[in-house]
Amino acid sequence: MSIIQVERLKSHFKTDEGIVKAVDDISFELRDNEILALVGESGCGKSVTVQTIMGLLKCPPAIIEGSIKYLGKELIGMSNKAYQRLRGKEIGMIFQEPMSAFDPLYTVGEQACEAVSVHSKLDKAGIRDKIIAMFNKVGIPEAESRYDEYPHQMSGGMLQRMLIAMTLACDPNVLIADEPTTALDVTIQAQVLNLMRDLQKEFNTSIIFITHDLGVVAELADRIHVMYAGKIVEKAQVVELFDRPKHPYTKGLLASRLKRDLKGQILPFIKGTVPRAFEFPKGCRFHPRCPHAMEICRQRDPEPVVFENGHSCSCWLYASNNNIDGVDKT
Amino acid sequence: MKGNTAVRVRKAFFKHKLGIVGIIILILLYLMILFADFLAPYNYKNTKRDFTFSEPTKIHWRKDDKFVGPFVYGMTRSRDPVTFAVKYVEDQEKVYPVKFFVRGETYKFWGLWETDVHLFGIGQHDDAVLYLFGGDRFGRDLFSRVLIGGRVSLTAGLIGTFIAVVIGAIVGAFSGYFGGWIDVTIQRLIEILRSFPRIPLWLALAMLLPPTWPSTTVYLGIVIVLSFIGWMGVARVIRGMVLSLREKEYVLAAQVIGQSNFKIITKHLIPNTITYLVVVSTLSIPGMILGESSISFLGLGIKEPMTSWGLLLKQAQSLSDIQSHPWLMIPGLFIILAVLSFNFVGDALRDALDPYRAVDKV
Repeated sequence: MSIIQVERLKSHFKTDEGIVKAVDDISFELRDNEILALVGESGCGKSVTVQTIMGLLKCPPAIIEGSIKYLGKELIGMSNKAYQRLRGKEIGMIFQEPMSAFDPLYTVGEQACEAVSVHSKLDKAGIRDKIIAMFNKVGIPEAESRYDEYPHQMSGGMLQRMLIAMTLACDPNVLIADEPTTALDVTIQAQVLNLMRDLQKEFNTSIIFITHDLGVVAELADRIHVMYAGKIVEKAQVVELFDRPKHPYTKGLLASRLKRDLKGQILPFIKGTVPRAFEFPKGCRFHPRCPHAMEICRQRDPEPVVFENGHSCSCWLYASNNNIDGVDKT
Repeated sequence: MKGNTAVRVRKAFFKHKLGIVGIIILILLYLMILFADFLAPYNYKNTKRDFTFSEPTKIHWRKDDKFVGPFVYGMTRSRDPVTFAVKYVEDQEKVYPVKFFVRGETYKFWGLWETDVHLFGIGQHDDAVLYLFGGDRFGRDLFSRVLIGGRVSLTAGLIGTFIAVVIGAIVGAFSGYFGGWIDVTIQRLIEILRSFPRIPLWLALAMLLPPTWPSTTVYLGIVIVLSFIGWMGVARVIRGMVLSLREKEYVLAAQVIGQSNFKIITKHLIPNTITYLVVVSTLSIPGMILGESSISFLGLGIKEPMTSWGLLLKQAQSLSDIQSHPWLMIPGLFIILAVLSFNFVGDALRDALDPYRAVDKV
């Protein structure tokens, strides 16, 4: 069963330099009880995708088309009031920088309280108990006394766990995690990832997990969507993707990871940089950097090709001949 | 919990020595104007032609080397035969003891009931007065006038600043948070209002207020009108601060928990500008107190016989006045005292409200 169904979603921005197609025609679904990872380089549209889902983009300048269905309910075009009821209660979100996600003027407890009290009718003491229980659950030592401390008195890892506790205290169906471990050091990263996996099982929350760290994805995710320049180029189960990557970009990403046997050598990398958002190349957006670029790649955008196990990939390499009729093959 | 924050702020505030001094002085000043009628030995309007520019009355404790408690001598007024300057000579024959809870002129306490009890005084006599700060050019008691004048100076500054800062913070925050056409409209409006020259605007606004109003009401009216203009400076700065604050992730975090825009503004954006608001308030209260004297000077504000500190100080404008009647400067001391106290309290409050500074470094 799918919780969130995204259909041909476009989030474009009107700027003086032209229209920025930050997210361009992507479709995916978030299934019940799964962790879905959105992976890609900086600027590929991961964050814009989830901000669109949360209704956080201002229109204008944003131009949003397509459809986002949450449990069958259309979110695009929904009123701000209705969105306010949805945010936090139905869909929670945590951020990359736990340090700045807390208002420095209030104690962490007060802020967690605020999050719960927006949607809950519990009284102050009840909310406090609930928050402290959640703090304990995410492994905050001395949760009772930490409750009355200020964000700057905490470490980043602790704040991130508090943010998770505070978000889950509202008991949302979906948790969107926007690079929650990027700002943390490696040991804390592992702790937070384990915590998220455990809590996901306990609360039956579906998670959309955004990251550019493939190692993190391997740890956590059930399925992976690889994004490049505003498009989803490959979708697969996590094991499938690591074992049999299809798209040249995915292959490049996997090849550029650190490996023991590469000691002393220059690391492999994908040549070039992500094109700037208002001048995406015609055709397949990856073709200027692609080692397998063909003539058709420069002219037409590839459609997704479906393989077994729900694995799909948008690349001309896998297109059958009748798809590329009328174009010279080189 | 909320209570915890209050305790922390109070603790941090009381660590600030000057802040404590400031708040004590302010409390005393405000108590003083609250009970001004009772504390003042004379009615601020009463003129005594025999005591014009009389110097502060000396209070004596001993007579003929015997302690008899506080008393004053009667005064005889004469002129210096050479300079024609008025001189007051104590008449050692006439002794008037200073009494507490003495009956004097009647007044209406807080406008509620009539009474004639004053904290201290010597009663009504033709040839003796108890003028602690001396007399003015109509022979009125300067001490009583300072107490009454404080009412206007201390309340008007507070009210004016409060209105200006509240309007400024709210309008500025909305303008910065929503941006777009709301922002453009508000900012252009502010620019139009700000481009009016100040003094002609005051004059025009003063004409709008009905002349039948008593002068205190007129002055309060002007202060309120002034603060309706004065909010614009605050609004612009707050808008700028909110423009940067709204990009902070905690605002995004508040949005994703489903908090409403209004709550985000009032709970997160405006409180994060509080240090600026506190500073701007404490700096503009003195400005309002000082500004009052210039308004009075233009004949728009307080009119005699009602008074204020600024108006009292106006008497001490010429050098010869200060030389011959230096006690006319006393209202200036009160202005300095009030202004400094507000600044100290503002300083202490700013430090206390800042969570980064309040925490003891371990």
